[in-house]
Amino acid sequence: MNFPFTRDQRTTILYGILCIVLLIVVLQLWLLTATMNAYLGADDSIIWPATGVSVCCLGLNTGLLRYLYRIERSEP
Amino acid sequence: MSPDPEQMTLPPDGKPDSEQPAWRHDFPVDWPQDHYVARRDFTKFMVLTSFAFVVGQVWIGAKNVLRRRAGLPPVRRITEIDSVAIGTALKFNYPNKDDACLLIRTGDADWVAYSQKCTHLSCAVVPEVSRGCLNCPCHEGAFDLRTGRATSGPPRRPLPRVVLQVRRNDIYATGLEVSPS
Repeated sequence: MNFPFTRDQRTTILYGILCIVLLIVVLQLWLLTATMNAYLGADDSIIWPATGVSVCCLGLNTGLLRYLYRIERSEP
Repeated sequence: MSPDPEQMTLPPDGKPDSEQPAWRHDFPVDWPQDHYVARRDFTKFMVLTSFAFVVGQVWIGAKNVLRRRAGLPPVRRITEIDSVAIGTALKFNYPNKDDACLLIRTGDADWVAYSQKCTHLSCAVVPEVSRGCLNCPCHEGAFDLRTGRATSGPPRRPLPRVVLQVRRNDIYATGLEVSPS
């Protein structure tokens, strides 16, 4: 199998993606705690906007993971 | 298909990379590939965590929809006025039978009632009428007796306040006021 990137290059890309994914997951954790706090305080105005942002974050994370698998399998 | 030039360890059966079982790709022998696979799987796990957070958000949204559908809490008689002495408290359940609340008589015609669950981690708060506060013994949290606001310790949100109404010689709970921090 021929690879467009060497393994060292892919490892560097993987580290970059991992950093971004970790930052997004921390953001989602903050969103979840803030939403729960608002819900318990009877403030339901932010629940669905926060859910939308969290879904976008999941989409971004999934896209990055798919890219990672794609560069493993792609031909040059 | 040519073998992977970066594969340092050859499979024991000597067959090409494409004919190897899937597990051999997930459990490589050489260190650089093992490092790569370990970090890639960690990334995959983090994406799964991201999905779990979305499930949590949707769960909060669903709980909120159910709470709205439940409507207003019922009007319920708590007790007779004379059965609670000034400076003492009475425990009752409102709006559901599992929701413990405290009715506190602070004066001749002054009443307050709050949920007994601390807004930090749901420990039962203890009224201290002489000091004008409700204390949470778990983490030394305190709430103001008059307003229910958190005054010290870890709680940020005030105690949910039970709306009271005096009818003749009885006292009734007519609603629950929950305030944000």
